[in-house]
Amino acid sequence: MSIVDVERSAAAKYKLQVIDCDIHPAMTSWKEIHPYLEKRWIEHLTVYGSHLRHAFSEALSHPRMSPDAARVDAYPEEGGPPGSSLDLMRKQHLDPNGVEIGMLIPLRWNPGSQRNLDFGVALTRAMNTWQVERWVKQEPRLRASVLVAQEDTAGAVAEIDARGGDPNFTQILILPRTDEPLGRRRYWPIFEAAVRNNLPITVHVGGTGGHPSTGGGWSSYYMEEHHMVSQAMQAVVTSLVFEGVFERFPKLRVVIMEGGLGWIPSLSARMDKHWSRLRSEVPHVKRPPSEYVREHVWFTTQPMEEPGSSAALIDLFDRIGWDRLLFATDYPHWDYDDPRTSFKANLTEAQRLQLLRGNARTFYGFA
Amino acid sequence: MTGNRQTVGADISTRYAAAIDCDLHPAVPSMKVLLPYLDDYWREMVSVRALDRLNLNLTSYPQNAPLSCRPDWRLDGGRPAGSSLQAMQEHVLDRYRPRFGILNCLYGAQAFHSEDMAAAFCRAANDWIRDEWLSRDSRLRASIVITPQNTELAVAEIERRADDFRFVQVLMLVSGEMTLGRRQLWPIYQAAERLQMPIGVHAGSSYRHAPTAVGWPSYYVEDYIAQSAAFENQLHSMISEGVFAKFPGLKVVAIESGLTWLSGYIWRADKTWKGVRAEVPWVTRAPSEILRDHVRLTTQPIDAADEREALLRLVDHLKSDELFLFSTDYPHWQFDGDAALPSGLADELSRNILSENALATYPRLLKADHAMEIAL
Repeated sequence: MSIVDVERSAAAKYKLQVIDCDIHPAMTSWKEIHPYLEKRWIEHLTVYGSHLRHAFSEALSHPRMSPDAARVDAYPEEGGPPGSSLDLMRKQHLDPNGVEIGMLIPLRWNPGSQRNLDFGVALTRAMNTWQVERWVKQEPRLRASVLVAQEDTAGAVAEIDARGGDPNFTQILILPRTDEPLGRRRYWPIFEAAVRNNLPITVHVGGTGGHPSTGGGWSSYYMEEHHMVSQAMQAVVTSLVFEGVFERFPKLRVVIMEGGLGWIPSLSARMDKHWSRLRSEVPHVKRPPSEYVREHVWFTTQPMEEPGSSAALIDLFDRIGWDRLLFATDYPHWDYDDPRTSFKANLTEAQRLQLLRGNARTFYGFA
Repeated sequence: MTGNRQTVGADISTRYAAAIDCDLHPAVPSMKVLLPYLDDYWREMVSVRALDRLNLNLTSYPQNAPLSCRPDWRLDGGRPAGSSLQAMQEHVLDRYRPRFGILNCLYGAQAFHSEDMAAAFCRAANDWIRDEWLSRDSRLRASIVITPQNTELAVAEIERRADDFRFVQVLMLVSGEMTLGRRQLWPIYQAAERLQMPIGVHAGSSYRHAPTAVGWPSYYVEDYIAQSAAFENQLHSMISEGVFAKFPGLKVVAIESGLTWLSGYIWRADKTWKGVRAEVPWVTRAPSEILRDHVRLTTQPIDAADEREALLRLVDHLKSDELFLFSTDYPHWQFDGDAALPSGLADELSRNILSENALATYPRLLKADHAMEIAL
């Protein structure tokens, strides 16, 4: 594999001002979590490990094409996986890219997919405290996400209420491969708690719900699996709309994170078309589905679409709505988007600022 | 009203005169019509197990759902939509006067778990289509209904039809037991390529798995919406597994896919391929290029508020006007009146969609035509 050496520490042509909505922090050692985890669960994790609905307890069944799914230049000199060194994160990403605020999206252990619900809830509690102690308190530019174990609704709600008043947290994090589609009523107490605490629900790709990646079975290759996360996101949006979640919770805001953008206009049109034909089945869906999407759903930009022409990308943004797009890099993952180069379109300075920072400021209510 | 309709009728039959309707749905009215085509064993099983009392209507198309049949195309007496040739002639064949119409029978037999049972009833359904439809209207062609869960039986059924050029395609539901690129299914593709039959992948599921990666939705409308994602995933499976590298002559037709998902598909697929192509070294070209060479799509439904604008945008994004094949999706309710194809398309694009693209996709169409002329 050849490595393109980009001079990432060089000063930008102009001063970047960025809010990065998707940064993945990692642990140097899993013992980092011990201070926040009850003894019982430390022993449980040691003896039984992660108990999920897939073949390997600690590995992905579609291995990525780079170690840790990471940029090859993101390994800290002091050891540990990419994303585990705050020092390197500052030097490599936060400082040169002008990141004013960065949102932490921890993915380790997949607490929301743990089949042992008590274990899942304990992990979310520990990892939420870990985000604050290990990251946010050390680096004021970072913000934490409230991890929840959504299959234990009561446990998830308790954790949301416990963190709701803490300004270190900006959102509630759920991975889309849940036991049932996210709009189903078993999850509604979580949406109620989100609205009560004025926190958006952020759905970042991942999770192991046990269902195949497609309605026609499992994919063979990572190339497919990586593609299909955007179809899983479509199913999440479809479920939220057709279960009537936005009718029931008119103040609920949802962020679809890392799910791609190209499908949004076609899914909205498809939902509208077939809703108009089949609406007698879903009388609780009172308006064309695209209106709920336009009002309640935001999307992060990475991985940025590359339709091959500036005009096609701008046409796509026009149809999604410019104010719905939140910039994200996915640092330190391999498909990271650089704020300087990821938009292959002729943007005005105002548009660039809106995408890189303005929309997220408004959405998350940063001063 | 009558006079007015005749005027409109003349206009539309001029417009659609050379058209090839690539998606017509004949329905098996009841298992009783298949009895003459079953062997002694299966006839006995039908009798002993009262199989003929089973309603094999697929969950993917609930009989009375608005989408499953246009109100003015419903049949009287509670007969299943699409089960009357006479009605199909009145509603489509004699109204639009297409040159050919391709029958895609969505018979539930293909979804039985028993491979033998599925194969027996698929074979009978194909025989019935031959006798009751193809032999009664020379404009009709048909897809072969197969049981893909057993490739040996599927290939045998395809080969059984090889010499009857009125069978122009092999039909599979978009969601079955395994992703469509998997090597277990390759004998089907090998037979199809050899006999110059495209693989017609039609919306619908045998429900071996939840319709989405996030589980079972509550409502039918969600299942139907998820079909476009299923098409995207299955085409990506076929490309990723190297089906088109192995069978360079193979064409796949996505039938009733919704169409506008295509733009997002090629952008994401091409970008990801650049990053991870080392995993699939047989995929030597960008997925969009492979798609342009091997995949065709029928035009109803077009998921867009403005169908004309959507088609033009797709032609721009896909850099091709050869991909789209005209269809009415009869009797499914996708459009009203005679708006089967949006108006205002340039003549050449319109001609390509209505007929030229289908002629290039289905080599057997003209062979059957030729054979008939000789027979006459």
